[in-house]
Amino acid sequence: MSLILDVRALSKGFTMHHLGTRVDAFHDVSFVLQAGEFLLLKGRNGAGKSTLLRTLYRSYLAASGQILFHSSHGEIDLVRAADVDVTFLRRTEIGFVTQFLVARPRVSAEALVAEPLQRAGRAPAEALDEARHWLQAFGVKRDLWPAYPTTFSGGEQQKVNLARALILPQRLLLLDEPTASLDASARAALIDRLADLKSQGTAMIGVFHHPGDVAALIDREIDLTPDQIPEQTQNMAEDMERTDVVV
Amino acid sequence: MSLKSLTRDWQPMSFGFLDASAKREIRRTSLKAIAVPGCQIPYASREVPMARGWGTGGLQVSCTLITPRTRIKVIDQGADDSVNAASIRRFLARVSGAPTTMDTLEADLIQSRHRIPEEVLQDHQVLVLQVPNPEPLRPVEPNMSLARQMHADADYGRMWLQLYEQIVRSGRVMQGASYPSLVNGRYVMTPSPIPRWDVPKLHMARHLTLLSAGREKRLFAVPPFTRVEPLVFEDVPYRVEDHAGLSCARSGARGFFMNEIPQADGSSSYEISDSELGVKSIRQRDNETVTIGDTWYKNGEMAG
Amino acid sequence: MSQTQLDAPRLVRTQPLLTARNVSKSYGSVPALRNVSASVFPGEVLGIVGESGSGKSTFLRCLNLEETPDAGSYTLDLPDADGNLFDLDRYARRMLCARQIGIVYQNPHLGLLMKHSSSGNVAERLLVAGERRFAVLRDKARAALEASEFPLERMDAPPIELSGGMQQRVQLAKAIALEPALLLLDEPTTGLDVSVQALVLDTLKRLQQERRITMVIVSHDLGVIRTLADRVMVMRRGEVVEAGLADQVFQDPQHAYSQQLVHAKL
Repeated sequence: MSLILDVRALSKGFTMHHLGTRVDAFHDVSFVLQAGEFLLLKGRNGAGKSTLLRTLYRSYLAASGQILFHSSHGEIDLVRAADVDVTFLRRTEIGFVTQFLVARPRVSAEALVAEPLQRAGRAPAEALDEARHWLQAFGVKRDLWPAYPTTFSGGEQQKVNLARALILPQRLLLLDEPTASLDASARAALIDRLADLKSQGTAMIGVFHHPGDVAALIDREIDLTPDQIPEQTQNMAEDMERTDVVV
Repeated sequence: MSLKSLTRDWQPMSFGFLDASAKREIRRTSLKAIAVPGCQIPYASREVPMARGWGTGGLQVSCTLITPRTRIKVIDQGADDSVNAASIRRFLARVSGAPTTMDTLEADLIQSRHRIPEEVLQDHQVLVLQVPNPEPLRPVEPNMSLARQMHADADYGRMWLQLYEQIVRSGRVMQGASYPSLVNGRYVMTPSPIPRWDVPKLHMARHLTLLSAGREKRLFAVPPFTRVEPLVFEDVPYRVEDHAGLSCARSGARGFFMNEIPQADGSSSYEISDSELGVKSIRQRDNETVTIGDTWYKNGEMAG
Repeated sequence: MSQTQLDAPRLVRTQPLLTARNVSKSYGSVPALRNVSASVFPGEVLGIVGESGSGKSTFLRCLNLEETPDAGSYTLDLPDADGNLFDLDRYARRMLCARQIGIVYQNPHLGLLMKHSSSGNVAERLLVAGERRFAVLRDKARAALEASEFPLERMDAPPIELSGGMQQRVQLAKAIALEPALLLLDEPTTGLDVSVQALVLDTLKRLQQERRITMVIVSHDLGVIRTLADRVMVMRRGEVVEAGLADQVFQDPQHAYSQQLVHAKL
């Protein structure tokens, strides 16, 4: 088994300048993840499960610690990596699956799903064929494939989103409650696809409202509920001017 | 020895009307203009006994270049006998004692308004064109300071855009006279309001052309054997006026630039614009002995 | 929090297309830009947000070589752009901009000849670059207008007769006609009706997706930036207060001013 992710002493808090307060989301989280492993994040509401996923994806900036990601190009600390590399890895190696579709006007469902394959260099016709296969698998009605998903119902949009997010096998997949409000057949298709990707070596970290959905996939669990409730807020200095910012 | 022997007699005016310093300035300006073909060189533009806008620029250059042996010809839109041409010719002769002529072949210095003679000019001849508006960029850039920057940068995109617009709106280039032309591959000039028919005559010509605008105080030149290329799209050929098939009602000459004379019945008749060539053609028809020089256009086609 | 892009550990060896370092400019005693640095990688969209007077438009004008700052350097990783571009003379700037940099201004009067035809406005770019075939000018102007989703039956109408949204499309067509390496957008949708704004943004987004044009877009409208930008730079009083990935700046702004800006608009 090869190492994919090595998280060391990761902490995240939010500074709310207008309140002059700081809220800790999670503190000192460490774990490793191997290829083909499925890690479930547990914890009560507000324990920081989604926050941890977003921190790993760099949508949130970690306060301290390291996220050592073993990419096919070498090891890199996602906490400190250049934006351009993060963008690159998001396009090629790290997937983030939510229940929400970011639809674009005047792009058809099948084109949207085929896009990750095309970006990875697959021939357009071939990519479109595979996109249709996955739309079928997730139960999107055939006559909707060439339509624009901006007008779809929430449920159909979610299926298009899953097809798009899972079409290209990634090295690391972050799952933020993808099963929520999904109908039974689509959920079954999703779990099949995840199992398939897992067997191909994709490492996964997931947050699930009903972990029972994916019980068969889970290798390990991490409980983010703090041992004792820490001091929630602490005062911070007003003066936080930064002088070192360079884009 | 007396002081009188060392000085000239008092004269009522300088030779060639202009005083020596004015002529020196125009000579220097002309040299600069010849050194940088097509580039507008500013000069002081003195007073001459003629209103600005009536050919004062050309007159000053003629006054400067003239000598008692220079044979001068003056034409106004092709005609030697129009009031302006006659007045300027008489003035030049009076202030210099120079001989005059109407025959293009005999002339040393030709001052012209809006035409180039049809007979080929030779390397000993100088053509002086009167220019009302020397700035080809004025229609696209009214600010003259910016226009000069554009010349300096050879920034002629707007100039081309104007041609594009004409083709888009009218299906063809509508520029009649003053067709903007690139001189020596560098400066775009207006060749003064000569018809499109005459512009090719400037290209690689044997003679020197000086273009002078008295009111605008600018002088520029096309030296002998200099490229003068009308701005034209590669796939929209340059077209001269469609006069090749017309013949002159008075002289019978064909294949030259014509003046259109509207008739009472609504039709048109045509007369050759180069009046002296018309006179020669009539004489030839009447079996007199005349020498008609080589012409730029032969049978209505510009000789390659 | 040390988000310094220029010294961050790097995984992929790509060079930034655009690198600006420590750009400073004052108008008299009023500083407009203070040590602004930025880099943009090929195919990336950098959004610059900030309120009026934050210096974002001044910075964009510097990138378009219309303004020369008092200090700082600006390089483009292109074969025909050597050294600090702020050192170029007027002629070299004009030639470089004509070939490699397209710009869309908020005010169409700055970018267009209002009484010439729309296609002529696009063609001018090609003429400056030396195209001398009328048929090619027509074809390329038509293609650029079509890519900007301009109604082709009006391609010879002058911009003064067109709506604001259409004028912006003409500007966009002009900017992309020569397939520039860099596209600069200065409040491209400000002042348009909301519905028209959405359509223009949609066109920009599609162009970006299809052609992977490197863009720098300046707007006080966070919605515009959120729609288009991969990375965001927040400016205030001539300084960069925060910079990062677009989703990070919008979801987890670090600086007090960015938080205020983001929360005010959410």
